[in-house]
Amino acid sequence: MIDVIKALLTVSALASGIRLATPYLYAAIGETYGQRSGVLNLGVEGVMLMGAFTSFWAVNRFTPEGATTYEPTALLIGVLVALAVGFVMGLATAFINVTLQAEQGISGIGIYLFGLGMSDLLFQRLFQGVETVNGFPKIYIPGLSDIPVVGELLFRQNLLVYIAFALVPITWFVMNKTTLGLKIRAVGQNPEAADTMGISVVKVRYFTVTLGSMLAAVAGASLSIAEHNVYFYNMTAGMGFIAVALVYFGSWRARGVMFGALLFSLVTAIQLRASTLGIGIPDEYLRMTPYLLTIIALVFASQRIDQPAALTKPFERGE
Amino acid sequence: MKKLGFVVVAVLVAALVLPVLTPSAQAEGEPFRVAVVMPSTVNDLAFSQSIYDALVAIQEERGEENFQIDYSENLFVVEDAATALRDYAAEGYDLVIAHGSQYGSSLEEIAPEFPDTAFAWGTTVNTFQDEGITNVYAYEARSEQGAFVQGVMAGMLTKSNVIGVIGPIETGDAKLYVDGFSAGVAYQNPDAEVLVNYIQSFSDVALAAAAAEAMLDEGADILTGTAQMVPGAVNKAKEAGALWFGTQADQASLAPEIVVASQVYDWTVALNPIIEDIEAGEINGEAFSLTLENGGLNIVFNEDFELDEAVMARAEEIMDAIVNGDISFEIDDEGNLSVIEAETESEG
Repeated sequence: MIDVIKALLTVSALASGIRLATPYLYAAIGETYGQRSGVLNLGVEGVMLMGAFTSFWAVNRFTPEGATTYEPTALLIGVLVALAVGFVMGLATAFINVTLQAEQGISGIGIYLFGLGMSDLLFQRLFQGVETVNGFPKIYIPGLSDIPVVGELLFRQNLLVYIAFALVPITWFVMNKTTLGLKIRAVGQNPEAADTMGISVVKVRYFTVTLGSMLAAVAGASLSIAEHNVYFYNMTAGMGFIAVALVYFGSWRARGVMFGALLFSLVTAIQLRASTLGIGIPDEYLRMTPYLLTIIALVFASQRIDQPAALTKPFERGE
Repeated sequence: MKKLGFVVVAVLVAALVLPVLTPSAQAEGEPFRVAVVMPSTVNDLAFSQSIYDALVAIQEERGEENFQIDYSENLFVVEDAATALRDYAAEGYDLVIAHGSQYGSSLEEIAPEFPDTAFAWGTTVNTFQDEGITNVYAYEARSEQGAFVQGVMAGMLTKSNVIGVIGPIETGDAKLYVDGFSAGVAYQNPDAEVLVNYIQSFSDVALAAAAAEAMLDEGADILTGTAQMVPGAVNKAKEAGALWFGTQADQASLAPEIVVASQVYDWTVALNPIIEDIEAGEINGEAFSLTLENGGLNIVFNEDFELDEAVMARAEEIMDAIVNGDISFEIDDEGNLSVIEAETESEG
């Protein structure tokens, strides 16, 4: 038994878990902003797919033919294109949810389906087949990357992984130490009160939803131009929905979201090693474990008392 | 205002779903019309592309005016595929191909309703002859054959004696490929360990990549895998400098520096006789198999990869042995593969 655990909990399994957590972090932290202001965006998955495709296209397009290594300008353009696409889709989402006051659970599914269909359509039109790109390289941080275990775990990742984890303290700071964070929380808790205090509920929600959507697009890019360097139909395979669940799991706090993302992805990484090594549990059951764990954790661990009071409730200014 | 939101969403959804299900109509002249319904896309470098490429090859031979191809992609959901199959049959296509094992039960319902239309279903050996249906052809790939050859090569090429195989779900030609490859490795190099992981998905590229990573961590220096989700794994192999064997379509373009060879399916071997039957008005619902012997399976060596001559020679020797029956494969009722060597003096 101890041998099995030793074989599964290797440094590389943990490192793989940290990398796998990256797209969840971007998407779930982005979603946290929206939800803290009272908007549930179920369309994350669709935005991720669009971000994954468009950034992949840009990197493919701006990398010189026959290049054998990565091209920094192309990668930068890739991220910028993803951000722009996230911005546009975020504005559309905000328009539907905030201005038109659509039912948020339903409109999100529409955005998801749009992203799923559109990303594939563009891929079919712009590419002849499956291709790969030279994506973000791993950056070995001098000195730190040589520390045993910790170095391999934390300091030999690609740039997008570092940024994802940097977002955690940044988000904490924005939410708790700035006027902007105060406004976001006020709008999510009691939009009427915020409104009477002169905060524009609509503006704040447009801002958070658009920011969240931009981060979701980068989540997609982190898959297609940093982690896997390939684009494929529906390559997010449900990650966007897991990210929404992680926001609940993390009680609408960046740190909680990070632990949730790490737990989920570590279990995924370990589970894959377990089925590779053949420890006698059928693959089907092993594949379920991260999802089962998420559901169980959601049921037992989540403190719903922290839920923004106005979540999913459209705001209509009193007459 | 709320209602408008709903309308916007409804229109978005409808705009996405509807175009998928409308096959195009045509008239004028009498070309042979074939329609194919597939679970992924025509350029997936795997299963769906293999049938599309075969149809295009036939079209090139016969001329575009004589041979018309229509297809519906990404119909992984069986109900959607069934709708498309029925529509194509109703439109009067000469041959309607259900390219996916999961479409079987739908086809069993649809085929009797269109007795004058010929259907083909793969990959399977079941033509519903026992159910009294005579207009369904079946086709399958004996992918264990090429897999065995590639496994033998992998057994010679590995330095770490650890080889990883990624599969989707343990069934059909994916299982045949995985089992054949493992058997090939064991045949050539009994000391090598083969790590097998069925990731329970045909489409999750990220999961396939993570599975590949786990195998590389275990010391694997050669990987292979089957189904549409493998590009993620190929990329991990490339990063780690491990070798890759492809199947279903030629995957050398994904990573020219590490792909040793690919087993390529040539479905024309099954499609040509089916089309000839239909043209002769003799639809009989036969079952076809792609093998190394009939040229339906080909091992395509990657020209950009410098393969050791001894390995190449050994691969050709094994291929010959399979073609002339010195090595054959038997699959029992539970789908388990066994390798049978003829009682000649062939060395092991």
